[in-house]
Amino acid sequence: MSEEEIARKQRGRRNLAIGLGVAAFVIVVYLVTILRIQANVGAGTP
Amino acid sequence: MDQTSANPALTAETAGPSDYFALLKPRVMSLVIFTAAVGMVAAVAADADIQFGLAVVSLLAIAVGAGASGALNMWWDADIDAVMARTVGRPVPRGAVPRAEAAAFGGLLSALSVALLALASNYVAAGLLAFTIFFYVVVYSMWLKRLTPQNIVIGGAAGALPPVVAWAAVSGSAPLQAWLLFAIIFLWTPPHFWALALYREGDYARAGVPMMPNVKGADATKKQIFIYAIILALTGLIPAFAGMAGWFYLATAAATGAVFVYLAYAVLKSSLEDKAPAKRLFAFSIFYLFAVFAALLIEDLVSLYV
Repeated sequence: MSEEEIARKQRGRRNLAIGLGVAAFVIVVYLVTILRIQANVGAGTP
Repeated sequence: MDQTSANPALTAETAGPSDYFALLKPRVMSLVIFTAAVGMVAAVAADADIQFGLAVVSLLAIAVGAGASGALNMWWDADIDAVMARTVGRPVPRGAVPRAEAAAFGGLLSALSVALLALASNYVAAGLLAFTIFFYVVVYSMWLKRLTPQNIVIGGAAGALPPVVAWAAVSGSAPLQAWLLFAIIFLWTPPHFWALALYREGDYARAGVPMMPNVKGADATKKQIFIYAIILALTGLIPAFAGMAGWFYLATAAATGAVFVYLAYAVLKSSLEDKAPAKRLFAFSIFYLFAVFAALLIEDLVSLYV
């Protein structure tokens, strides 16, 4: 495999990792929001 | 600790995600996760309350914050890392990740981790995490590390803060018990790193880092290690007398503390050429911290669920 091919493959992996990282962050923030709403509703706070 | 990834021939163009992950100092991160988890469980055992999901996210934020400060440390210390055998394989000195990218990566993750902790827990914990990152990167890496042989004594505060951050994440405050956990890690840091520096003396001298052995000499370092070992062993017992731990913890802390002092004494009495006692103490110091915190964790889990 040439260096150019390796670079292209690794760029793809880096992009995938960034995409998965951003998606994970969005999901985590969403889950935190739900959990906090749940806790506030349970405690009777607005 | 070597942070290398699998392929040493990688360049900036061919670096993979594992090289960026290595910037986070995964082994240090795992220790942070462990000590922070102990702080969290101890806070719950002391009657604080947090939803399990929010606790997990808070722990994740603390871990990412620790990793981010590791990446920023690798950005700032790339010149030092490049001349030390222990760190030459890290992604920046190896050329796998450009310095600017390490800085951007660390800076972005710092901001995200603090924001995430603020969302998942409270502003006290988020502020403490931000302070921890600031202390490690600015106070330790940028200022003290190249200035004074007391660098790791003061800088050790950054590594000792995660249990306090975790306690604050659960309870919204940082009471005395949390600072006891801080004190154990804080006092553990100098003998741990000076034992390493004793048998890696040439490495630090070559890099121009003023560690205790290459500034004050091996004998003075050994004396300080021994004194710190005694203070640490005694401090390790305090949680049992402060009402936050029981007999199991006391027995574990007393036994491992006694071994710690004995190994520090062996280092004190060792000759200049004999590096084995320092290596033994370094290895045992890791076990000591793990054992003491694990004992506390076990006792707290038993009190919560049994």
